[in-house]
Amino acid sequence: MLLIHCPHCREHREEEEFSYGGEAHIVRPLEPEALSDEEWGDYLFFRTNSRGIHHEMWYHAVGCRRYFNATRNTVTYEILETYKTGTQPTITGASA
Amino acid sequence: MKKYSAFSLLKNALSYHENWQKVWRSPTPKKEYDVIVVGGGGHGLATAYYLAKVHGITNIAVIEKGYLGGGNTARNTTIIRSNYLWDEAAQLYDLSLKLWEGLSQELNYNVMFSQRGVLNLGHNLQDMRDIERRVNANRLNGIDGEVVSPQRIKEIAPLINISRDSRYPILGASWQPRGGTARHDAVAWGYARGADALGVDLIQQTEVTGIRRKDGAVVGVETSNGFIGARKVACVTAGNSGVVAAMAGLRLPVESRPLQALVSEPVKPCLDTVVMSNAVHGYISQSDKGDLVIGAGVDSYNGYGQRGSFHVVEHTIQAICELFPAFSRVRMNRQWGGVVDTCPDACPIISKTSVQGLYFNCGWGTGGFKATPGSGYVFADTVANDRPHPLAAAFNLDRFNSGALIDEHGAAGVAH
Ligand SMILES: Cc1cc2nc3c(=O)[nH]c(=O)nc-3n(C[C@H](O)[C@H](O)[C@H](O)COP(=O)(O)OP(=O)(O)OC[C@H]3O[C@@H](n4cnc5c(N)ncnc54)[C@H](O)[C@@H]3O)c2cc1C
Ligand SMILES: [Zn+2]
Repeated sequence: MLLIHCPHCREHREEEEFSYGGEAHIVRPLEPEALSDEEWGDYLFFRTNSRGIHHEMWYHAVGCRRYFNATRNTVTYEILETYKTGTQPTITGASA
Repeated sequence: MKKYSAFSLLKNALSYHENWQKVWRSPTPKKEYDVIVVGGGGHGLATAYYLAKVHGITNIAVIEKGYLGGGNTARNTTIIRSNYLWDEAAQLYDLSLKLWEGLSQELNYNVMFSQRGVLNLGHNLQDMRDIERRVNANRLNGIDGEVVSPQRIKEIAPLINISRDSRYPILGASWQPRGGTARHDAVAWGYARGADALGVDLIQQTEVTGIRRKDGAVVGVETSNGFIGARKVACVTAGNSGVVAAMAGLRLPVESRPLQALVSEPVKPCLDTVVMSNAVHGYISQSDKGDLVIGAGVDSYNGYGQRGSFHVVEHTIQAICELFPAFSRVRMNRQWGGVVDTCPDACPIISKTSVQGLYFNCGWGTGGFKATPGSGYVFADTVANDRPHPLAAAFNLDRFNSGALIDEHGAAGVAH
């Protein structure tokens, strides 16, 4: 069971209150119709799936019902930070 | 390789079973191989076996970072069936099932394949519509299957609760009599022994740390024990496939998630089939040792830690107790997790890559044990001939760019 700090509610809550939103910082292409099949497929399906530091989205489903991001180690499962959507992580693969 | 038989058992009994030959050698790696298989799970070992047996390529090494069959092969709940919805998947899984049917003889190794049948339960109207559609699709593909009533389910598994008063009453099921279970370790060991006898080098405790390329083609792998050359590199690394792909500068449409299972204390025989439910989400069978083998759902987040969250296990146990109220009195013995490589369409990737001589077989996610023989068979053919085996063609990596996905979420068993 993960204990997750919601940056909106500013509280640690149990994992069951949240749902997972997948890899963070993937920007939706502004002009999808201008993309090649290659680029569109990459955007939709291909992921870094990193072993170690991973930036990911979480949704506080039964709390404030807002999305935010987390930096989590996918091997130890330790959550290193959570931060609001639209802001950047302070911990990255290079700095950890 | 000395053949196992009743006679060899007797003969070795006379020397107190102290003189059995080693099941495989532990060779030092050569400088170069025709093919290096990365990952010594069931799929990797089957690939090496069929490369040697069917294609006559014997200058092969299987490189495994831990011990043979210690990954998901050792951690799964061993359910085998082939009742998938779409033609492409059904044909691949049924090839596998046919190979299972002769595998103990083929390998001269008892893989304890037991065709005890598999029930996939339906709990609501939509479940039942999907089940009817899937069973009809299966029969068109020559795969055995039947839609069965709650009464028939009760005959097959007498301890099950078919009361209309339960929270999610059982309305029916699909029943595949040819499905069942097998001994997970034995499958890995049987293929390992067979491959070794054909000259394949099995290299354990050696991690692949890099994939060396020259002019867009593979030339070998860096390992924790130095560089080993190879003309072809076939990666079969399940949950770690993304990590291995990154070594060649590639990305995959795969996410690695924890999948958990647990077993109870051994109890007397009480369940002689496999029962799966997608809707309440649990699946269960009884091993020959007597323990109830229970599979949980996949954790929602990416994880390489071979463990998941407790509430996922708790949820599964709720489902099992709902289906089998008598099991609420059974104590659980052990619980563990594996790292499964989930694909967006719940189907595997068996494919060449943009790097010449580099192949991937991954994305089997929560359900690849059943496919071990067929996966190895078609992948060996793909690697040997540098073109997809006809049954592997649809499982190309390109499908994620062309859009020709094969959506097996409905038949995959575990929701993810
Ligand atoms: C809890 C659980 C229950 C499951 N239940 C079922 C089921 O009932 N039915 C079913 O059909 N399937 C089931 N599965 C899925 C099934 O276990 C897998 O799809 C299948 O076993 C994959 O086999 P594999 O040989 O590809 O992978 P693995 O057995 O995981 O083998 C991959 C190997 O690659 C090695 N490796 C990784 N990276 C490297 C590296 N860099 N260098 C060298 N070696 C490396 C690993 O150590 C590992 O041994 C379940 C899985 C789990 C976790
Ligand atoms: Zn919140």
